[in-house]
Amino acid sequence: MNSMQIDCEAVRRILTGFIDNEVRKAGFARVILGLSGGVDSALAAYLAAEALGAEQVTALLMPYRTSNPESAAHAALVVKALGIQSLSVDITPMVDAYFGLFPDADTMRRGNKMARERMTILFDHSARLNALVLGTSNKTELLLGYGTLYGDMASALNPLGDLYKTQVRQLARHLGIPPVIVEKQPSADLWVGQTDEAELGFTYEEVDRVLYLLVDCRYEVPDLVTQGAFSEEFVRAVYRKVQGSQYKRRLPVIAKISARTIDRDFRYPRDWGR
Amino acid sequence: MRRSRVAVAQIAPVLGDVHKNLALHERVAREAIAQAANLLIFPELSLTGYFLKDQVPSVALTEGAALLDPLRGLSQRIAMVVGFVEEGSGHRFHNAAAYLEGGEVRHIHRKVYLPTYGIFDEQRYLAAGGAVRAFETALGRLAILICEDMWHPAAAGIAAWDGAEILICPSASPGRGPGAGQPFQNASTWERVVRAYGDLFTCYVLYANRVGYEDGACFWGGSEVVGPTGETVEKAAYLEEALVVAELDPGALRRARIANPLLRDERLELTQRELARILRLRERAAGGQVD
Repeated sequence: MNSMQIDCEAVRRILTGFIDNEVRKAGFARVILGLSGGVDSALAAYLAAEALGAEQVTALLMPYRTSNPESAAHAALVVKALGIQSLSVDITPMVDAYFGLFPDADTMRRGNKMARERMTILFDHSARLNALVLGTSNKTELLLGYGTLYGDMASALNPLGDLYKTQVRQLARHLGIPPVIVEKQPSADLWVGQTDEAELGFTYEEVDRVLYLLVDCRYEVPDLVTQGAFSEEFVRAVYRKVQGSQYKRRLPVIAKISARTIDRDFRYPRDWGR
Repeated sequence: MRRSRVAVAQIAPVLGDVHKNLALHERVAREAIAQAANLLIFPELSLTGYFLKDQVPSVALTEGAALLDPLRGLSQRIAMVVGFVEEGSGHRFHNAAAYLEGGEVRHIHRKVYLPTYGIFDEQRYLAAGGAVRAFETALGRLAILICEDMWHPAAAGIAAWDGAEILICPSASPGRGPGAGQPFQNASTWERVVRAYGDLFTCYVLYANRVGYEDGACFWGGSEVVGPTGETVEKAAYLEEALVVAELDPGALRRARIANPLLRDERLELTQRELARILRLRERAAGGQVD
């Protein structure tokens, strides 16, 4: 079977080149990102600081009252190691004020609201600082739909969206990101005790292998099941998540009326005129 | 062929901006002239950028376009291969490469194999060329194949059997698949292909690949001058702009063809006979239609 190993030094060059190129083409010099204390946003910050210079990167820490204090400590580690600007904005007052109106809201609604609250703050500071919002969603999350639409999935450019979680970790180790960040249990930290793997029901190691074979190597579901390396139930569950979240990876569907409809038969590159 | 000095321009064109790219071509041509080169190769669609999509008609030029005049002028001092979108007869748009020499366009190759799979969508926007030809120049007999054309060995074979001593490949290859030693997996395949063609067709291969990013896709560079025994004569770095200069030695070509007289021993009548048979079989299988 194929390997998910990446040549970390080559990927580092490609991604720092990507950030530099896309930011400058858009007429900007700076980026801003939400720093959660996790490995994805830490890696995005490291790449951006290398690509643009630490002085061109601003990190926003946006804790909620139930956030794990470790998250802020780990984000502070990244800020210190890179020497980037940072700002902390507590989202508790806004989120709690809103759910004062809807006290029965479940954890999913609350989690999504927090992710979207953070997004509005990021984009507001993006305008204030003339900085593009740097995305931090990895390929595993994007494929599984494990993210909040218009929340943490919103960005202007995303250097990590074609790297699986296990590849994010490879690259993070290569860049010397503190092991305490790279090796800890991944968590969206939207409620106390939440971990990604408990919520998803499988480990990133397992799911990345299945996604890599299905998506990158174009195996069909029955191919993987008959090989016996994975249970049918697991492979089908992964496939359903990918299929079920397709809408999150596309613009909203537009009813076709005209001769040329946006993104259907009106097709220009995103870098049009850049 | 004559002894010559070739420059391969590994540039990052601006997507959709022909004027900016023209200025870039002029600047690079002057630099190549300063380095005493007499042949300069630009990458695929060097005047327009690659992932044009609906911009194709907006950036297209005819062979006689006044916009090419500065390059025609410079070709009095250095021959060059330039990539552009050609608006041909019947408003068909081609992914084309022009050979300019002595103040005029001497040959145009129109990409024959338009990739339309994976990251590529060329057949949606472009018309396929219908010919692979070697052509005589002041420097020797050349042939041009654009990018995907090279992945069809028959096209390279036709160029070689038609007498090409120098096979020129302008390319815009977006990197795909994590590489090991190269930035991407497809880079290593490309390197095998261009070196094998040098070896098998005992000719020089000039591979000009671009760099830069378009919509997040990264063109990996690594342009290469391959000699007629398949050895790398010069190679550009990956991922960065470069101008690599190499000497093309007719003596090396002669020695390669003495050591490996593969072209002498080619049996084109056998190839033709077998191709005719395969075509007949396909025709029969398709119910009278050749696919």
